[in-house]
Amino acid sequence: MISLAGRDILHAWGKFVLTGLGLGLLIGVTLTMAGVYRGMVDDANVLLDNSGADLWVVQQDTQGPYAESSSIEDDTYRGILGMPGVARAANVTYLTMQVRQLRDGQARDVRAMVVGIAPDGPGHPGQPGYLVDGRHLTRGHYEAVADIATGFALGERIRIRRNEYTVVGLTRRMVSSGGDPMVFIPLKDAQEAQFLKDNDAIVRQRARTAQNPALNRPGVPGLLDAVIASQSTNRSVNAVLVQIERGADPDAVAEPIRRWKRLSVYTRAQMQDILIEKLIATAARQIGMFLVILAVVSAAIVAFIIYTLTMGKIREIAVLKLIGTRNRTIAAMILQQAVVLGLIGFVVGKISATFWAPIFPKYVLLESGDAVRGFLAVVVICILASVLAIRAALKVDPAEAIGG
Amino acid sequence: MDERHSGSSARGIRIEGIRKRYGQGDTAVDALKDVNMVVAPGEVVGLIGPSGSGKSTLLKCLGAVIEPTAGRMTLGQDVIFDDGWKIPDLRALRRDKIGFVFQAPYLIPFLDVTDNVALLPMLAGVPNGEARKRALALLKALDVEHRAKAMPSQLSGGEQQRVSIARGLVNRPPVILADEPTAPLDSERALAVIHILNQMAKQFDTAIIVVTHDEKIIPTFKRIYHIRDGVTHEEVGEGRGID
Repeated sequence: MISLAGRDILHAWGKFVLTGLGLGLLIGVTLTMAGVYRGMVDDANVLLDNSGADLWVVQQDTQGPYAESSSIEDDTYRGILGMPGVARAANVTYLTMQVRQLRDGQARDVRAMVVGIAPDGPGHPGQPGYLVDGRHLTRGHYEAVADIATGFALGERIRIRRNEYTVVGLTRRMVSSGGDPMVFIPLKDAQEAQFLKDNDAIVRQRARTAQNPALNRPGVPGLLDAVIASQSTNRSVNAVLVQIERGADPDAVAEPIRRWKRLSVYTRAQMQDILIEKLIATAARQIGMFLVILAVVSAAIVAFIIYTLTMGKIREIAVLKLIGTRNRTIAAMILQQAVVLGLIGFVVGKISATFWAPIFPKYVLLESGDAVRGFLAVVVICILASVLAIRAALKVDPAEAIGG
Repeated sequence: MDERHSGSSARGIRIEGIRKRYGQGDTAVDALKDVNMVVAPGEVVGLIGPSGSGKSTLLKCLGAVIEPTAGRMTLGQDVIFDDGWKIPDLRALRRDKIGFVFQAPYLIPFLDVTDNVALLPMLAGVPNGEARKRALALLKALDVEHRAKAMPSQLSGGEQQRVSIARGLVNRPPVILADEPTAPLDSERALAVIHILNQMAKQFDTAIIVVTHDEKIIPTFKRIYHIRDGVTHEEVGEGRGID
């Protein structure tokens, strides 16, 4: 038996290809939306991987440092180092801000996550895992290591708040959970940058402090200076990143820190849960809604096209039925056409998504698993979409082929 | 031997007392009141009548598309209707025992000429190669073999009608129902089509009923059934220019 669907498609190939092209672009958008979500999850995982930490120690009753703000004293890590099972511990600060690129007298602002780390070298918690060019931070001030997505070049000068930094190293795929590239600077500079006020604000704060009789007592010389000095320095960090000893149980190491240091401690699994289930959950639901809408729109388009094509063949279908064609042969013809339309659409969509994904400003991860799931969804949608046309075709009376 | 290739006694169609009523009660309409016809194998008869006389209804009943209300129909030696269908699979009956030729050829636009004809045997389970061989033989007999690879849209009206006749004949049905097959054609082509139908009827031992009100071809029939108000009346035709 010849393939009626195949012959019809070959006969009207232009119509099928153009429709498949349009549908394909829609499927491409759908695959890209799934890729955006995968990219967000991957960014979150990369953030955790690149931190080099097994435990995140943050302010009590907060879910910091990524999902909520957290502030702990910068000497906390010393006490943590003495806890059982802890191999390494390091302070870290995170601050998302506009970093100014100074190139050829031109200024350009780049949104980045500024990460303050102690310049201890590779392997230490919080350090960039690897560099693609240059070196790690070695000095305590005014050096930076930047992700290449910032567009910064080695040796280039950048400005963070009032201070200028020299880019001494470049790294890759070091991004925040929001996909912003990271810029690593020395911890002291980052602590200062986090709470640095402008000069006018400092003058106003000093005047206000001096007017406070509790802090400016004539009988206590040096008190006012001490208070002002404490106000202009920042001894807080956002988190302490902890590496545990080989073979140690993260939960067993975390528990005494929680108990004795009065801090919140998260393991890798818990932090992953916070990032994916809480931080990007709303965005994921948003994308999920888009995916549902796009799937419905795709189904509506396929249904409309197949229905229109079928309605255009009513007389031929009546003749086919009159000369003894089985209903299942006619249904199979319509179904095969819908599936072929879906296949053309999927191929066009996959190619389109692969081509345009790298152009997106944030990471778009097109997973093979999503492609397979997308393919199956397209086939199912096409099958469902053809039901309307099949119902219409099966209702055609073979008597319509006979005049009168 | 296959029934389709058996002797004349196994072919032809006999219709006795066929009635068809649409609706019920006060709104009931008797489209066919008393239809009686006998068409022998190899014979072409005309079925003529004014609009609304019941021609199309009769054709649909004979084509097993609608069910008559009462009567009896015999195809060859098989009773196919006797106050109810006696054949369980009407689709197979239409496919194997009844050929159709329509007013417009209604060829499948996405199949070439050969496959348009070969589709019927393929639907009956004949292998593609054998079905195409059968189709080509018929196309040759109808003098359209040279257009075997053409698409329907590339054919003239006369060629399309000949392909349509080939499709009606390809399964060697005992009876062919032709619904106004010459309506869209000029006199010369209309007579050519009737000539072909007569030839094919003889060659394949098929009974052919031609529904028409085409004045050009009415004189060509040897026997004519007039249908008026759902009742058939037989008369002898002129039978001109056929042999």
